[in-house]
Amino acid sequence: MSIRDGLKRAVVTPEINSCINRIPKPVGSFGYDPWGYNTDGLKVWMGLFKPLYDHYFRVQTFGLEHVPKTKRVLIVANHSGQLPIDGALIGVALATNPYGPRAPRMMVERWLPTLPFIGNAFNEAGAVVGDPVNCVKMLRNEEAVVVFPEGIKGSGKAFSKRYQLQKFGSGFMHIAMEENVPIVPVGVVGCEETLPSLGNFAMLAYLLRMPYFPICPILPLPARVRLYFGRPMVFKGEIQSEQEVLRNVHRVRYAIEGLIAQGLKERKGWFQ
Amino acid sequence: MTQDEKPSLLITGAGGALAQRVIARLKRRYNVVAVDFRRRVQVDPGMASYQVSYHNRAFEDIFRSHNVQGIVHIGRMGLYESDHKHRYNINVLGTQKLLDLSVKYKVEKIVVLSTYFVYGASPYNPALITEEYPLKASELTADLVDSVELENLANIYLWKNPELNITILRPCNIVGPGVLNSMSLLLSRRVAPVILGFSPMMQFIHAEDMAEALTMAYEQNHPGIYNVAPSDWVAYQQVLKQCGCIRIPIPSLPSQFPTKFSKLLNWRAFPSYLINYYKYPVILDGTLFADTFGFRANRSLDDIFSHYRERKEMKIL
Repeated sequence: MSIRDGLKRAVVTPEINSCINRIPKPVGSFGYDPWGYNTDGLKVWMGLFKPLYDHYFRVQTFGLEHVPKTKRVLIVANHSGQLPIDGALIGVALATNPYGPRAPRMMVERWLPTLPFIGNAFNEAGAVVGDPVNCVKMLRNEEAVVVFPEGIKGSGKAFSKRYQLQKFGSGFMHIAMEENVPIVPVGVVGCEETLPSLGNFAMLAYLLRMPYFPICPILPLPARVRLYFGRPMVFKGEIQSEQEVLRNVHRVRYAIEGLIAQGLKERKGWFQ
Repeated sequence: MTQDEKPSLLITGAGGALAQRVIARLKRRYNVVAVDFRRRVQVDPGMASYQVSYHNRAFEDIFRSHNVQGIVHIGRMGLYESDHKHRYNINVLGTQKLLDLSVKYKVEKIVVLSTYFVYGASPYNPALITEEYPLKASELTADLVDSVELENLANIYLWKNPELNITILRPCNIVGPGVLNSMSLLLSRRVAPVILGFSPMMQFIHAEDMAEALTMAYEQNHPGIYNVAPSDWVAYQQVLKQCGCIRIPIPSLPSQFPTKFSKLLNWRAFPSYLINYYKYPVILDGTLFADTFGFRANRSLDDIFSHYRERKEMKIL
């Protein structure tokens, strides 16, 4: 029996099993898609993360009904918390969405596939290298693609810059406009407090070939995470100019800022 | 149709398992001329067969004595078969000679078999690579330069000499009975190495399906470059399990270790210059070929893997 089969038996509950089986996701004869997504792999990830999602981060979701049940969609969120915990929690929320579960396709940093075990494990859960070609092809496959336009600038920022959105890349907007894909903005509140970083140990990061090495707690703190899914935003038509693209990027950024502000206003403390 | 009335078709690499299957499909409709640089291939009575190196002057005699109208260029010196220089002579200079002779003797159709190795294996590769994607193999290892240059040559002739009607096929891993490439050799082994922590996605095509693809490419005239890969994908370590191989992990760190280890052991089935292909995926988008030629692979991954597994169980391999 493989490690995955053993884990599947140990951690996958009937609830998770039925949830993932409901996802309309075409795969090949061995359960894989071209990017390495594997139905059993996602079940194992869900089995491992769902208890953390429910009991450690005690995630609250708002607006999940805005995520289309089928068809292509870009889920665009703010990035924070040093580790991709925000991505994993958005993934669990999408895969267990009571309005219609979706396989979460996270666009991840390019160095991730170079890491032994981690790269393949992320691929099996649906993550792929953040390449525009991958994004476009997955959207044409009618997938739900999750992007963090801030990239590592967002996830690796120090705690003193919490909830200050970093510069957004414009690649996602080019794809949204060219492929006529609705964008669901997501405001993530709480992940900033899971791993508050005092700064970046740049020399160590360089030696380990990592994008940054945060000075932060060894384990994530049990901060409560709130995920706010906004109404879908549609940007149709041919791109007339880069200015137009940047204006639309700003609109999405503004929507995410609004969702974050709502979350910060509604929460009563880091852990409550 | 008598033997004289049939158009002549030159097939290179005629001794190989793939070429044999192509010959079997085309011999009724064409006057097949079998050529191989390794040995003189035993063929049907009346069928011409030659052993000659493609870059040798004597190769032209075949064009002189047969009215060659078409070529299926499969013959290639395998990566493990010789040193880089000899491979370059056969694969690149030999192909150049073949293409020059094709122009001189007014050949009307050429199918060139390339390989997905030309794309190069990199952690940054997107999945479903289309034909326009840059050929990065030579950037990663000098051992694959001949594969990339062979393709570049065919490309130059494709645009410069449109009357040759060149079709270049870039297939994924060709496997199946009789196939002796490094992947097929690896799947035939009881023990197969894996790089610890890596299990890239792969695609496989059965030699029968690939022979059908080559036949279609020859008989339907759609010059151009095409990936040939079925729409089914599987992780490398899963493949080994399905083929009944015992997996031996090789430490992946430090990053040069697997390459040096493979060089040290001189594995034919797991050559050092292909190490990256066992770490990172090269997944092809085969829809252009499928749509243009109406091609569908008939053998499933299960059919492919069961061949290797069953032969091991029967202690044939």
